[in-house]
Amino acid sequence: MPGITREEVAHLARLARLELQAEELDHFAGQLDDIIGAVARVSEVADQDVPPTSHPLPLTNVMRLDEVRPSLTPEQALSCAPAQEQQRFKVPQILGED
Amino acid sequence: MTVTELVSYEDALAAYDPVMGLEVHVELGTKTKMFCGCSTELGAPPNSQTCPTCLGLPGSLPVVNAIGIESAVKIGLALNCEIAEWCRFARKNYFYPDMPKNFQTSQYDEPIAFNGYLDVQLEDGEVFRVEIERAHMEEDTGKSLHVGGATGRIHGASHSLLDYNRAGIPLIEIVTKPIEGAGERAPEVAKAYVAELRELIKALGVSEARMEQGQMRCDVNLSLRPHGVEKFGTRSETKNVNSLRSVERAARFEVQRHAAVLSSGGTIIQETRHFHEEDGSTTSGRVKEEAEDYRYFPEPDLVPMAPPREWVEELRATLPELPRVRRNRLREEWGVSEHDMQSILNAGAVDLIVATIEAGADAASARKWWMGELARRSNEEGVELTSLAITPAQVARVAELVAAGDINDKLARQVIEGVLAGEGDPDTVVEKRGLKVVSDEGALGAAVDEAIASNAAIADKIRGGKVAAVGALVGAVMKTTRGQADAARVKELILQKLGVEA
Repeated sequence: MPGITREEVAHLARLARLELQAEELDHFAGQLDDIIGAVARVSEVADQDVPPTSHPLPLTNVMRLDEVRPSLTPEQALSCAPAQEQQRFKVPQILGED
Repeated sequence: MTVTELVSYEDALAAYDPVMGLEVHVELGTKTKMFCGCSTELGAPPNSQTCPTCLGLPGSLPVVNAIGIESAVKIGLALNCEIAEWCRFARKNYFYPDMPKNFQTSQYDEPIAFNGYLDVQLEDGEVFRVEIERAHMEEDTGKSLHVGGATGRIHGASHSLLDYNRAGIPLIEIVTKPIEGAGERAPEVAKAYVAELRELIKALGVSEARMEQGQMRCDVNLSLRPHGVEKFGTRSETKNVNSLRSVERAARFEVQRHAAVLSSGGTIIQETRHFHEEDGSTTSGRVKEEAEDYRYFPEPDLVPMAPPREWVEELRATLPELPRVRRNRLREEWGVSEHDMQSILNAGAVDLIVATIEAGADAASARKWWMGELARRSNEEGVELTSLAITPAQVARVAELVAAGDINDKLARQVIEGVLAGEGDPDTVVEKRGLKVVSDEGALGAAVDEAIASNAAIADKIRGGKVAAVGALVGAVMKTTRGQADAARVKELILQKLGVEA
């Protein structure tokens, strides 16, 4: 199995909006490779009769009634926003000039 | 932006075979959001319907809305789908300010409903089966306001403002399998499919599915392949097409555009495109930064859904009469052709006509006004019939006034015009504009005498037996009464005064 490449780490970093230095890319490529290798070993041990787990509790169908509950006030909702305007969250330019 | 010289629709179809895929998002009509108890009421002040869960604040946990699940299962059943025995939600990760969590809770490879179909009927009565790939649950995003650019567009904006009232409202995304074999009728099939789906959603009572309010929106995927070729061509995805008419126009435009690019030796770029209502064109959208790299993974904060079979069967038993069946029943009751009924459906007028009949109008006049004058107005203004400023009860009142002989069709059109212009209900408009038919026999008699006197030659012809000439005199009377006379009564009076039997 080929390991995690430097390019893959750079791509993931970009998706996660992380700015990584060149030496960090190499460093994390090695680490991620180890982690994925370790997880892969679990798959080797697990047989067909062991379903993949995405939740630790053996629960299904947890639902609530369709009843309105109090929301935050706009002031509360916006209280942690770095910037606001017209009672809305203000965010920087989404698309560049191009 | 490159402008492509379009190929005519006929030439495009002569050379290529279109393949479509339609993705329709339906906002459910639940009282609360999909994963929290915030209200979904429209029109609230910005950011007044949010909470730690839909804002994605640390420590908050989502809980699924039971009606959201029930609605999804109902939609799946009505689309003849299988309902998953067990399925999960998934996180679709992306950084975009419309989702404060930086992911959308959606479903990935385990949709709640899959493998179904919807039969749609085209205007000539032909039934076309559209296969359904899947229907899955997800949540809507917040609303962005782009500031500092031209006309609120994201391009050129200096910054954007976000209102998260809509973030978290339940959505069902319904995805078709590739629609093949529609040929030149592909745009028509697309429109009929969305129209049928909208009727179905409304009949199920899970959403009002008002396209003009964005409660239902369609993405049109389209590609062309040369005739006889099995492999699909590269597709474009025209996003957020928000009316039935636009769905048809967008598909048609893309057929012509693809054909133009392909026949001049170019290649189609796989991209999203924006549809423009003004001229029916599409333009290149934002090329997604990293196409499909959403890194879906099972949502750890929600437990799996396993709809019990007995419950699914209970829901199946509550499904209402399907729209196509209902339409066939109404078609017989109203005594109209398949073709007329299909036009009524495509115009979104079925329920409006039903409501108008319930308000007291007869079937023929209810249909006449909605499909005639009002359909014309909605086309002119490019809005849905339901958004016209007139209610079924008001249309029924207009029909009633005509039936009682208080106004004629010509005046009725003016009454409708007045109601649409916000001048009040039909009776008020009649009053204010003075639109009553001149039924005062004295006034009418005087107008008739005047017409006979000033058209002596024609009057003589009629006396001599040329009854057909009476039209000219009727016209003269209608002119002096400004159209406010009952033409049939005028004719009677003229013939009577000239001593001629009709």
